[in-house]
Amino acid sequence: MLDTREALMVARTSDGRTVRRPVSPHLQVYKLHMLMVLSGSHRITGVALAGGAVLMVWFLVAAASSDAAFNWLVWLLGTPIGLLALFGWTGSLWYHFCNGIRHLAWDFGYGFEMDQLYASGKLVLAAAAVLTLVTWVAVFVAG
Amino acid sequence: MTHPTAPSVMRSKLGQARGLGSAKSGIHHWWAQKVTSFALLPLTLWFIWSCIHLRGAGRAGVAHYMANPLVSALTIALLATTFHHLQLGLEAVVVDYVREEKRKLATILTIKAICTLFALAGSIAVLKLAITG
Repeated sequence: MLDTREALMVARTSDGRTVRRPVSPHLQVYKLHMLMVLSGSHRITGVALAGGAVLMVWFLVAAASSDAAFNWLVWLLGTPIGLLALFGWTGSLWYHFCNGIRHLAWDFGYGFEMDQLYASGKLVLAAAAVLTLVTWVAVFVAG
Repeated sequence: MTHPTAPSVMRSKLGQARGLGSAKSGIHHWWAQKVTSFALLPLTLWFIWSCIHLRGAGRAGVAHYMANPLVSALTIALLATTFHHLQLGLEAVVVDYVREEKRKLATILTIKAICTLFALAGSIAVLKLAITG
């Protein structure tokens, strides 16, 4: 079965010939700009957060299983790689959280002007960075 | 749908595609994504607070925390909403990048199965911690 989207690719030229529509040039041609990067990052952090969700379940299952399983996971998270993963998770979570609010605002019809898009994008980046930092300061203060 | 070189169907490509679309549930995926994202705003804040709160708590500390019914209920709500939102998001990625129908369906269903199992495993772990410690 062919992709149903193929139906939208059929077009006619001005002299009546049936042709396949040209595809618009994208990533390789367009100059990379901030809004593209923010949009792509929302998806990339979303996929990365799947790893965080798995880790959350791993933590709960280990805690429900045995001291050995729990202590091993706690040790693993304390290694440099574990800490890097936790830091990446925190950053991804705050970015996806803040940019998610930006998406919800768009769903309500707000913030579609070009200057607003750039302003909200910069705000999201700043907020995610600050919240990530605050979270880790709180972690060290709590410990 | 037939291959473009096979002239068996006397209908335009658009005519063949019509009716294969939303079937009156076109916004369901979008709506579910939005509802779960709304629910995840407070749940995620609470989750991050909990993580900071539980730092260095040990297994007994986690069990003690989960023994509070409000905490275990919120954790199960967090798990259900997170994995539902995750499944919807990953499905959107698959729909964008996997073209072939059989492979697309297989990938989407596999993601659904894995997300469901992870949400269940996490919830049962929470219940075990809450009830038996």
